[in-house]
Amino acid sequence: MPKKVYLAITAMIFGASLYGETITICPSCEITSIKKGVELASENDTLLIKKGTYKEFNIVIDKPLTLLGEDFPIIDGEDQGEIITIISDGVTVDGLFIINVGTSYTSDYAAIRVVKSENFLIQNVVLEKLFFGIYLEKSNNGKIYHNKIIGDAVDEYNSGNGIQLWYSKNIVVENNIVQHVRDGIYLEFSDNITIHNNTSSNNLRYGLHFMFSNDDIYTDNTFENNGAGVAVMFSKKIKMQGNTFKKNWGTASFGVLLKEINDAEISNNTFEENTIGINIEGSNRIVYKNNDFINNGWAIKVRGACYTNSFVNNNFLYNSFDISYNSKLNDNVFENNYWSSYTGYDLDKDGIGDVPYRPVKLFSYIVNRTPETIVLLRSLFMDIIDFSEKVSPVFTPDNLVDASPMMKKVGS
Amino acid sequence: MLKILKYSFYDLIRSRWSYVYFLFYLALGFVLLFLNNDLSKAVITLMNVIIVLVPLIGTIFGVMYFYNSKEFTELLLAQPLKRSSIFLGQYFGVAGSLTLSLVLGLGIPFVLYGLFRSEAIWDFTLLLVTGAFLTFIFTALAFNIALSNENKIKGFGYAVLLWLFLAVIYDGLFLLSLIVFEEYPLDSFSLAATMFNPIDLSRTLILLKLDISALLGYTGAIFKQFFGTNLGLMVSVGVLLLWTLLPIWRLSFKSKRKDF
Amino acid sequence: MINIQNLHKKFGKNQVLSGVDLSIEDGGIFAVLGPNGSGKTTLIKSILGMVIPNKGNISVLDANIRNSWRYRQEIDYLPQIANFPGNLKVKELIRMIKDLRQKPSDEEKLIEVFTLEPFLDKKLSTLSGGTKQKVNIVLTFMFDSPLMILDEPTTGLDPLSLIRLKELIKEEKQKGKTILITSHIMQFVEEMADEIVYLLEGKIYFRGSMKDLKTKTGQADFEHAIAAISTQTADA
Repeated sequence: MPKKVYLAITAMIFGASLYGETITICPSCEITSIKKGVELASENDTLLIKKGTYKEFNIVIDKPLTLLGEDFPIIDGEDQGEIITIISDGVTVDGLFIINVGTSYTSDYAAIRVVKSENFLIQNVVLEKLFFGIYLEKSNNGKIYHNKIIGDAVDEYNSGNGIQLWYSKNIVVENNIVQHVRDGIYLEFSDNITIHNNTSSNNLRYGLHFMFSNDDIYTDNTFENNGAGVAVMFSKKIKMQGNTFKKNWGTASFGVLLKEINDAEISNNTFEENTIGINIEGSNRIVYKNNDFINNGWAIKVRGACYTNSFVNNNFLYNSFDISYNSKLNDNVFENNYWSSYTGYDLDKDGIGDVPYRPVKLFSYIVNRTPETIVLLRSLFMDIIDFSEKVSPVFTPDNLVDASPMMKKVGS
Repeated sequence: MLKILKYSFYDLIRSRWSYVYFLFYLALGFVLLFLNNDLSKAVITLMNVIIVLVPLIGTIFGVMYFYNSKEFTELLLAQPLKRSSIFLGQYFGVAGSLTLSLVLGLGIPFVLYGLFRSEAIWDFTLLLVTGAFLTFIFTALAFNIALSNENKIKGFGYAVLLWLFLAVIYDGLFLLSLIVFEEYPLDSFSLAATMFNPIDLSRTLILLKLDISALLGYTGAIFKQFFGTNLGLMVSVGVLLLWTLLPIWRLSFKSKRKDF
Repeated sequence: MINIQNLHKKFGKNQVLSGVDLSIEDGGIFAVLGPNGSGKTTLIKSILGMVIPNKGNISVLDANIRNSWRYRQEIDYLPQIANFPGNLKVKELIRMIKDLRQKPSDEEKLIEVFTLEPFLDKKLSTLSGGTKQKVNIVLTFMFDSPLMILDEPTTGLDPLSLIRLKELIKEEKQKGKTILITSHIMQFVEEMADEIVYLLEGKIYFRGSMKDLKTKTGQADFEHAIAAISTQTADA
């Protein structure tokens, strides 16, 4: 009985290949090119591509097929243009090594493009020397799993994105590694996307970039040393959980940029050694919970109008500045956070400091105004000025306090 | 010179003040580490202490020692010894014993706490190196002031004033000028102004380690080059060395021309 | 031994030495006298190189002392105020000076003479003025140098120690040393000095033996002779 169940499941998973035939492609076989293989194949067939180098581009897959590479066969586009274009539902691409995608200023050539198709799976693919990597265009219900995309981008204007989703819905992007491209992962008008456990690092612009995309969730990803970590713009209901944002250094660099974002949740993330941990502009009703902000220049920089955000149970550890505001108004709530620079006491021993903490320093206001003054960071003079501002706030919002600061790190 | 150094040093490490200084740092180290239980936080607090207190103590101690050892100096002057060796020997004796108190006082609690197994060891080493530099610089400045002022009260006053100026007032004027001229590009100015104050310079050195994320947030190209590469570190250490050597040189120069 | 030519020294506006010419031959005790502020100490310190003259030349043992320090190896100097680093013990101080001079020394005999054994392990800051002066004397006399300069050597000494000191000085003289002394105790000077150098207003006013001085002033008594020489100038 269990054996039968097992078989049934296996049959369901490999359903397509079970029904189709396998066509073998190799440099010394009857069929030596992938294009030829696609031409000869019937629906639901599997093209088994053996080890070797295939100098091909503009491979159009117009029927449900599985392209299965054995020992990572190399498809070399010789910088001619796009390499694989999928225009049919139910296509699987697995185990290929694709290099030399053509660069153009007029069309966005990709290593693998999926156009208006559904139920696709792209996995175990390695992409190098690319323009765009995996490009989904109005394609839904697919999965991009365990790929490695290593670009060699130098300038933003002539480089493309690692994984790009455009008008695509219900996609899972999981376990991918994306490096040295423009944007690691880019979403535009794409809803209900799950981005999980990817590593996006050393990219020119953003590790992850959302534009006009709603109801997406990204969890447990690592964004390190990108031009700027993650930009979330003009989107709604995004969940960001358990991600690590590290070493995003530079003039306009940040762990996360929130611009015109509403109703998002940011929890259990780690922001470490970023110039700005989170940069917030015009974003409302966002919940920040259980995040760790460690050694950032600015843990949180608030610009423009941001209303009804709440910061609860976060750890602010050794940031040069915890919070910076450019206005005197505050409509956001700070509660039960741990601040490493808190110097108050807890006489009633309830674990909550008896003196409120003011996370906005006068100095951060001065630095906003005259950036060069940053060289006076941590000077005695500044400490004296900050102290006097703390006693009687003149320049900083006087209701911006954490009235119940934690005495010990949250979660320790 | 080495002999004088040896005797000044012995004289000092047996004096009450060296112990007070040593015990102060020892206590500070223990309190910071064992009450807080947070190495990174301890390093930040220590930094504040080092850039304020170390110069002050170096200054006061330097002036005090110089005036108190006047007779000893005269005794030495009648001996077949080179003048510059006498003063440099005394200077290195004072600066050396202060540095030793600092390094041991802070080092012992940190080592006991398990510094060698921690990532903070570089931050901490940098702190101690900066502290040593500041001790040497301010002791040398204090010796210069004392050498040029026969009047103890005056010398003492000038020394404290010097400290106050470099520790607080300088930064106030600096900030004021940055704000007044904020329409102009100021990054070279602000870096240059930092170079003219050893306390600011040491602070910069520490900032390079603790606050690099924030420093890289500023747009100026010169800033970027200074803080983003090893240039900042090298220039800061270089200028600190200059700050140490110049007063020592003046000390040796002036001491040759002074009457006792 | 010592040759001084046209020595000028000014402290601020205060002209202390104005053209001192002095030559001191080998051997004998020379007392440098003069009223307060006449430049005695400045003269001695110039010889020691502690004061840098504005003008003039000094040579000690036939060598110009300008910018030189090794010649002090040949001088034993007893400073006026014996104030030593307080943290050191007497023993350590003696060892230190020996270490600094790197010369054979004979401190044991002197320690015995001045009965300093009980103080050897005491810190200098705990000693009385007289004991300090004895230590000072030990430090000066323990070396064997051809030139000795003693600035107020009798300060704070008890009668017995004073006698011992005089004996010591005489002994050194016997060895053919040149000894320069300043003192306010005229009795002491009269007893010890072979020749008097009298300084006044930055110049050498008188130089000669005790007898010459008495003849010049027409006084039979040394103390009166010194007093007379001062008043003479006041009259002049």
